[in-house]
Amino acid sequence: MSVILILIFASLGMALLFVAAFIWAVKSGQFDDTLTPSMRVLGEDPETPRPAAPPIQDRQPR
Amino acid sequence: MTTSARADFGAMVLDAGAEPEVAASCFHCGEPCQESRFSTAQKAFCCQGCRVVHDLLSESGLDQFYALSPKPGIPVRRQKEVHHWRFLDEPVLQQQLMDFADGSRSRVTFHVPSIHCVACVWLLENLFRLNAGIGESRVNFARREVALTFTPDRVKLSEVVALLASIGYEPSLTFGELEKAVVNPSRRQRHWLQIGFAGFAFGNIMLLSIPQYFGLDSFSGPAFTRLFGWLSLVLAFPVVTYSALDFWKSAWLSLRQRVATLDVPIALGLVAIYGQSIFEIASGTGEGYCDSLCGLIFFLLCGRAFQQRTQERMAFDRDYKSFFPLSIVRKSPGHGDDQRVSLSQLQVGDRIVVRHGEIIPADSTLAAGSALIDYSFVTGESEPVEKAAGDYLYAGGQQVGGAIEVQTVKAVSQSYLTSLWNHEAFRKTNNDLNTLANIFSRRFIWLVIGVAMASLAFWAIQGEAGRGIKAFTSVLIVACPCALALSAPFALGTAQRWLAGANTFVRNVHVLERMARVDAIVFDKTGTLTSAGAHAVRFEGAPLSSSEQQWICALAAQSSHPHSSRIHESFGAAMRIEPVSDFRETPGRGIEGIVAGHRLVAGSASWFRSQGIPLDARAVRHPSSNSGGIVHIGIDGRHRGCFQLGSELRADAGALIRTLGEGYEIALLSGDNERERERFASLFGSGARLHFNQTPLDKLGFIRRLQQAGKTVMMVGDGLNDAGALKQSDVGVAVVEKVGAFSPASDVILDARQVPQLHRLIQFSRRATRVVRFGFAISSAYNVIGIGIAAAGLLAPIVCAVLMPISSFTVVLFACGMTSWAARRSLLSSANSPSPSHLLSSKTQR
Repeated sequence: MSVILILIFASLGMALLFVAAFIWAVKSGQFDDTLTPSMRVLGEDPETPRPAAPPIQDRQPR
Repeated sequence: MTTSARADFGAMVLDAGAEPEVAASCFHCGEPCQESRFSTAQKAFCCQGCRVVHDLLSESGLDQFYALSPKPGIPVRRQKEVHHWRFLDEPVLQQQLMDFADGSRSRVTFHVPSIHCVACVWLLENLFRLNAGIGESRVNFARREVALTFTPDRVKLSEVVALLASIGYEPSLTFGELEKAVVNPSRRQRHWLQIGFAGFAFGNIMLLSIPQYFGLDSFSGPAFTRLFGWLSLVLAFPVVTYSALDFWKSAWLSLRQRVATLDVPIALGLVAIYGQSIFEIASGTGEGYCDSLCGLIFFLLCGRAFQQRTQERMAFDRDYKSFFPLSIVRKSPGHGDDQRVSLSQLQVGDRIVVRHGEIIPADSTLAAGSALIDYSFVTGESEPVEKAAGDYLYAGGQQVGGAIEVQTVKAVSQSYLTSLWNHEAFRKTNNDLNTLANIFSRRFIWLVIGVAMASLAFWAIQGEAGRGIKAFTSVLIVACPCALALSAPFALGTAQRWLAGANTFVRNVHVLERMARVDAIVFDKTGTLTSAGAHAVRFEGAPLSSSEQQWICALAAQSSHPHSSRIHESFGAAMRIEPVSDFRETPGRGIEGIVAGHRLVAGSASWFRSQGIPLDARAVRHPSSNSGGIVHIGIDGRHRGCFQLGSELRADAGALIRTLGEGYEIALLSGDNERERERFASLFGSGARLHFNQTPLDKLGFIRRLQQAGKTVMMVGDGLNDAGALKQSDVGVAVVEKVGAFSPASDVILDARQVPQLHRLIQFSRRATRVVRFGFAISSAYNVIGIGIAAAGLLAPIVCAVLMPISSFTVVLFACGMTSWAARRSLLSSANSPSPSHLLSSKTQR
């Protein structure tokens, strides 16, 4: 029956990994706006090349 | 202004010479095109502004904007020059506006009310393609916000705003924006984590529990049972301590305040369940109730999430600051130069310049210039008032016409209007503990404790003390009112969504409960029962020919006086504007100019007399019966007729008053003078109370007196002058012409077109609360069954594990289903679906 033990702890370990991933997702702000991303995917990048200056990366998320 | 209103007017005014309606609608904004002058071979455009924006976008490779939504653009009728925004480059303002700036890069967040569709999001996030100085931009659709980074060396803040405005996304820049309430992201994140933990533990504990329900012991012996039990306890620990944190806090608070809220029996039940589980598992006598415990907390948190998903974009707490400008132009006597400073720096005695359309930010006296002040939003007076030098000007008035100079007499926060916000009514927090659920739980909790004690006593007398204690805790466990606690959030949350579909935005679900209790309704007049739309513009005199219409429209377009703009708008935005020469505006009197070789004059009767133009008897014979005002029109020295600008009753307002008059006490409060008393007396009937010349404080006092007489009062108003009354009333309903526009602090934000439906909305809230009560009854029935089993001391974990989800699900299904059914019955014509369609709103909401 010890195989059950292994399975249980393996499954709990997996579940904890998912919880950790969830915590990371929440903390990184992925749940702050749940509406706009669903609209954002509908648009595509235009075919014209991007302007010479690369867009400024945002280092300080609010 | 809606197109239908324009069409109505067209039918009323245009004579046989009118042009046939062109069916084409603008490729950019979708408004009907009245002429083909701006159109290209393939695409129709209604005006130059739309065409310019379209050309700009297609040159920049942003054509996809038009593929994402049909005709998504926002018409830009008049482009504002960059210098209009120059004041934004003042360092003092920059500091307050920017989220972040380090010299090489700045980040700013704007509230842009005109964001309305997928295409808007896409265009605003591709803003860097229009200006290389702009970096990343992110839209938050729900909050109608765009956050963007830019390089201040390459583009100034004023240029960024000008770019946004030029493509139709003018940010709202008011004094209130500087101290906008930042929604605390950590609080929302905590809610997500709490639900996540509860769901995680619930699922895993259930996996561990199921083998035990089906007799794990017979295969593997007690070792696994104990292991599973301890694992469950460990998994449940963060759920009890972290996920359920808010229930502990709230229960503790209500115990300290000695008010029974629904959270008290919930907390009691949670303690009982976890305590009993620890006892059973530690002593090896049972498998505990950890699965039920985590499931219960998980469902409760889901219910909370459902009712808290409020309309973020609706600002329910705005005060005068959202109405006041961001900055003012101060005259500095020392070195002569005008200085633009932040409004917060304004001091008593400062001399400031107020331009056309700007708001007077503090009580002041007129120093120079001819003032024509529009107080309609502040006092409810519908006509602009002329002021002479030295006159006292109240804060909140809007200057119409040329620039004036004023000397401030009071600080911004101490002014006549703004001092309203210092009133005690604004200090009370509307912490409503009298919810249906709390009232119910007050009786419930004593009943539960009574039954628990009785069963303990019963078994103790029988000599089975152990069974008695088990019965005692079992009763507390079963009575934990989970299903009951879900009834109100799901029923009222669903109702809130349906109402949002009908352009009625409710602050929170408690408002719906109060709305159901309303028995007195007080209306404001201007802007609430009457509307100042274009359909209230009527021409008296011989019908105008189409070329005469064009001339008048062109002349009216030159002036920004409210009368001129209403006449101009009444012709429809697409009327061809002819060039006007020799234009002259005499403030407070009228305008004149030469159009297509004809001299046109528009203005007051006295001005016509002073110019020696005799008034046509026909126009004089129709003295204005309503409050709006009259604009006489003269062409080539001859009086042609006059425009009557009525403040007309909203369509169906009469029917609404009659319907409401049957079931409610109704009253009218107006800041306007008595000239329309008779009209409203006949409308409201003899019994109703009509009060005119009401100051904001009078209105507040009137509501308070009604409340002291035991009434639950709903106030329906629109302006800052109603702000006190809206706050004092039990349900404050702010009427807005366009959703997202300024509205004073209120409980409900109501689209003006929904005003005639008000009685249906109240009726719906009553039905929704009835659904909540039925939900209580259902969950009580489950509780009676459960308590029966528990009092007998027979409660097994599996009974709990089955009963709890079944009762919760049935109550949730019943609450959502019945409320939607009630919504279909009550809101029939006006409601769409409760889906997020209200967020992907049509452009009419702009």
